[in-house]
Amino acid sequence: MTVASSGPSHTPPPGDPGLAIELRGISKAFGPVQANKDIDLAVRRGTIHGIIGENGAGKSTLMSILYGFYKADRGTVLIGGRETEIPDSQAAIDAGIGMVFQHFKLVENFTVLENVVLGAEDGAMLKPSLAKARRLLTELAHEYELDVDPDAVIEDIGVGLQQRVEILKALYREADILILDEPTGVLTPAEADHLFRILKGLRDQGKTIILITHKLREIMEITDTVSVMRRGEMTATVKTAETSPEELAELMVGRKVLLRVDKAPARPKDVILEVRDLHVTDAQGVHRLKGVSFDIRAGEVLGIAGVAGNGQSELLEVLGGYEKATGRVRVKGHEIDLTGSASDAQTRRARGIAHVPEDRQREGLIMDYRAWENVAFGYQKDFGGTLMDHAAMKRDCAGKMERFDVRPPDPTLAAKSFSGGNQQKIVLAREIERNPDLLLIGQPTRGVDIGAIEFIHQQIVALRDQGKAILLVSVELDEIMALSDRIAVMFDGRIMGERLPSETDQGELGLLMAGMAGEAA
Amino acid sequence: MTDGLPKWVDIAVIPLINVLLALILSALVVWMIGEDPVRAMTILVNGAVGSAYGWGYTLFYATNFVFTGLGVAVAFHARLFNIGGEGQAALGGLGVALAMLYVPWPHWSLALVGATVAAALFGAAWAAIPAYLQAKRGSHIVITTIMFNFIAAALMVYLLSRVLLVPGAGGSPETARFAEATHLPNAFALFPWMGWSRSTPLNVSFFLALLACVGVWVLIWRTRLGYEIRAFGHSEPAAIYAGISPVRITMIAMLISGGLCGLMATNAVLGEAERLVIDPVQGAGFVGIAVALMGRSHPFGVFLAALLFGALYQGGGELQFEMPSVSRELILVIQALVILFTGALDNMVRMPLEKVFVSARRRPAPPEPTSPKGADNDPIAKVEP
Amino acid sequence: MDLTTIIQILDSSLRLATPLLLACLAGLFSERAGIFDIGLEGKMLAAAFFSAGAAFATGNAWIGLLAGIGASMVLAAIHGVASITFRGNQLISGVAINFLAAGITVVIGEAWFGLGGRTPALAGDARFGNIDLPFARALSDVPVLGPIYADLISGHSILVYLALATVPVTWWVLFRTRFGLRLRAVGENPAAVDTAGVSVVGLRYAAVMICGLLCGIAGAHLATALGAGFVKDMSAGRGFIALAALIFAKWRPWYALGACLLFGLLEALGNRYQNIDIGGFDVPTQFMQALPYILTVVILAGFVGRAIPPRAGGEPYVKER
Repeated sequence: MTVASSGPSHTPPPGDPGLAIELRGISKAFGPVQANKDIDLAVRRGTIHGIIGENGAGKSTLMSILYGFYKADRGTVLIGGRETEIPDSQAAIDAGIGMVFQHFKLVENFTVLENVVLGAEDGAMLKPSLAKARRLLTELAHEYELDVDPDAVIEDIGVGLQQRVEILKALYREADILILDEPTGVLTPAEADHLFRILKGLRDQGKTIILITHKLREIMEITDTVSVMRRGEMTATVKTAETSPEELAELMVGRKVLLRVDKAPARPKDVILEVRDLHVTDAQGVHRLKGVSFDIRAGEVLGIAGVAGNGQSELLEVLGGYEKATGRVRVKGHEIDLTGSASDAQTRRARGIAHVPEDRQREGLIMDYRAWENVAFGYQKDFGGTLMDHAAMKRDCAGKMERFDVRPPDPTLAAKSFSGGNQQKIVLAREIERNPDLLLIGQPTRGVDIGAIEFIHQQIVALRDQGKAILLVSVELDEIMALSDRIAVMFDGRIMGERLPSETDQGELGLLMAGMAGEAA
Repeated sequence: MTDGLPKWVDIAVIPLINVLLALILSALVVWMIGEDPVRAMTILVNGAVGSAYGWGYTLFYATNFVFTGLGVAVAFHARLFNIGGEGQAALGGLGVALAMLYVPWPHWSLALVGATVAAALFGAAWAAIPAYLQAKRGSHIVITTIMFNFIAAALMVYLLSRVLLVPGAGGSPETARFAEATHLPNAFALFPWMGWSRSTPLNVSFFLALLACVGVWVLIWRTRLGYEIRAFGHSEPAAIYAGISPVRITMIAMLISGGLCGLMATNAVLGEAERLVIDPVQGAGFVGIAVALMGRSHPFGVFLAALLFGALYQGGGELQFEMPSVSRELILVIQALVILFTGALDNMVRMPLEKVFVSARRRPAPPEPTSPKGADNDPIAKVEP
Repeated sequence: MDLTTIIQILDSSLRLATPLLLACLAGLFSERAGIFDIGLEGKMLAAAFFSAGAAFATGNAWIGLLAGIGASMVLAAIHGVASITFRGNQLISGVAINFLAAGITVVIGEAWFGLGGRTPALAGDARFGNIDLPFARALSDVPVLGPIYADLISGHSILVYLALATVPVTWWVLFRTRFGLRLRAVGENPAAVDTAGVSVVGLRYAAVMICGLLCGIAGAHLATALGAGFVKDMSAGRGFIALAALIFAKWRPWYALGACLLFGLLEALGNRYQNIDIGGFDVPTQFMQALPYILTVVILAGFVGRAIPPRAGGEPYVKER
């Protein structure tokens, strides 16, 4: 691999000083995964530039390269028209770049003021630095509606204010270019509106803003220009005024060959799962589910579409038995205990609920366990009271590996030795073959190769045709469209609406996922 | 994460390199204080395994270390670091002493059963409070078990000097000798033809230690509980997904761990001293940490590591006798270096080795694209539609 | 109990609290930076031995002090390499350091001096003598305040005063300087420090080495001021009491002073009385000895004023997005 910027054959064209940032031919691979492929990007000074794309499209990787967290394999970064090396965060700060990460980088038990000056102090004594920061903060508060009590402790203030502190940190370092990674993911709509006002104010003062998001509404509302990323590539850059949400949604998802799943129309029978008015508040006190209700019948797939982090994970966890909730859940008419001592994953399985978790490496498998040990995971009670029947586990595993075409079909390999698709097949085989009444399945094909996707989809349809109820959660709209018999869209802990796949399209679903109510779409 | 190494490297080569490093550094220490490291090593090895006398002590110490090593290892499987073996073993000694002093045992075999139960119960009880605080209140178990070591030490001094002290025992704080009937037969009594010395401390508890090795192996690798303990140790979120209660596993793993450490007392208190003295554990609780780390928390590994440390302890004593300028505390140095290299500086040896193996594997890789181990290869390419 | 007895007990408390205080503040620096250190005991012990050895060889307590600090900082550097550079387990590294010190001090001591692990007794300038503060003699006749000044406040070694001065200095460094701000931040959220363009590794090494420095002084105090020479295992669990005091003090300097004085008082009482009669109850001295540990467990259990350690404590920092 050669570094393009040092190529001897030609000198790169000079940068345009009207551009705050210009990227030329940036590529970055993590092992076999090409996260960024030959990315070109030009961000004009004094604009709000949106970068939109699905999860895993490579947006965050690109911005991490810009902030010195990763080193690009190839390509050049130009800042203000000048080629700039960014080996670490300090270099990015020196180049005038400020970054607001999706997960804030704040010291929780420090005050706002201390967080702002950390790493950007003037001299060895704190007092002058803090005094200066206090003055500057007051000025900034006036200028940009960035009011925060400088003496408040971070853990005592809400996420909206914490985010303001992150912005203040960047401004205190005299950043000209502000990158925000999914800034509204944790904000209420009102807080998001406020943030947008701040960002517009900053732009009007001549700052350049890069907004990374997957929410179309935000792009349409405040950006001047928008670039679309898909599967590690930059697919288009357009003026926001000259595009529409529908067009962007299409660019974002791409004209992929629609995954064709051969399936007969569903023949739903009795109601298997009834969910009524489910509420979840997490350990941080954030209201994650805000009254979710739905039914699933035997022989149908209910697909839950939505941007990650809108309550889908919590829904799976509640139904899977390891998140407390209020509300009512019935399986085949039996009331399920949602809070008490009888609420754990074991009792759920005994009730006929199988669960393919969203994150198979963190939850679904013990990565150091061999395949045959993992095949019993969660069902360890079926393989013996005190002593476990290893021979039966190995037999069971060999059979499952054959039926689910796991490669290589070697039960003695550790889970971590299999590819993503084959790991998922192991989990799927374990959960499906237990003959459950209800299958919960989260992100069934995340990190799974194309061939395995098809196989997994066929298995889900086959299970439906056997008369099982299936709850499918996926951030892949294609997958939702291809597999679901009904689609419910979740946004901010609520179900925004339900559609039939035959009567909707990705554009409409995309708008629902972005929190725009059905009528407005 | 540590995917680059074959298993045999992980369980055999790395520990060996670590021990070798520790021994080389210790030899350096010997050399620096002006003695001949080769001669020192010869004396040490001879003292440990050169005679039946030496073997008797080596195996006696090894018996202690098997118990404490297994105790630490079981906790390690649940990703719990039990530094409290010292206190738990001391309490085990208390349990044995009470059982021996207040129950008239008719025969040593019954006494051994009674001592086993008492030692395990007392050891487990001493682990129970730190375990509960960890499971329910999130109190760091490392700190609480350290604190419990000191509390145990104070408690033992109090009991021995105020409560269990026999009048007229010459003032040293210890209990009365246990009754004759409870004395365990030593190796000389059991196998006189093997040439053990009459007073060898090696006794039937050695078999109890072997039994404990087998028991722990069955527990960890054959029972459902062991399956759940290991799963919890590998990943807490996964354990919760599978319906395994973190509180339950933390409690059970620590009780077993404390019980095993307590069992040490059957050897040291019942088998050898035949009374409870002020510090019956003599650091064996800490040696258990080194033993468990070196033995990779596997009972067989623990047994081998315990043998090694048994030999070090016995040989170290001889070494001091033969070379007065080399103190027996040299063992502590070796022990410290083993812990340091196997436990804390593991990456120092592992990272370069991983590089070697990864590059060695890469070179022949291209001609054979579907190596069976290849997590990076894509077996999907061959899936028929 | 008369005034003289009280003053004697308090005087002894202060002396006994000094090594605890220094070690406690040492641990405070390290743990505030996110590096757990259960090797305070070992560092103190090594420092005690090498300070006594060097003081004996040179007849100069100050050279002894430097030697002790050097030994302690070597062990601190090992801890840094294991836990920062190689991202090893900080607790295991600490355990190893304790054994290393327990072993090496006796091995070398025996080789050098042949006294079963002890060093020869120190006398004269090889020890830190007691300093009489101005007018201590003259004022000792003043009722109550006189003896308090002359016998309690005056008449300690320079290291006692140094330890007391370390408390405000530590507070000032931690809460009034840029270094302190960054140090506290790196123990709470290293990612915040890293994204702010400051080296996490550099800060953590600095903290670990300061910890070594203070443990070195603590050890030197044991062997060349409190005692007159090194005795095998002379730290006798003080490193762990200091650790307990650190938790008891919730990782704060002034609280650390309070906790160490309290634990010093318990030790002084335990030394003086075999048992203490409180309201008809006979409290054995062993209970007094165990009290610091019991109190720490109670605090850790969170039933009385929960102790929250620095959030990033014990975790090696791995850079991630």
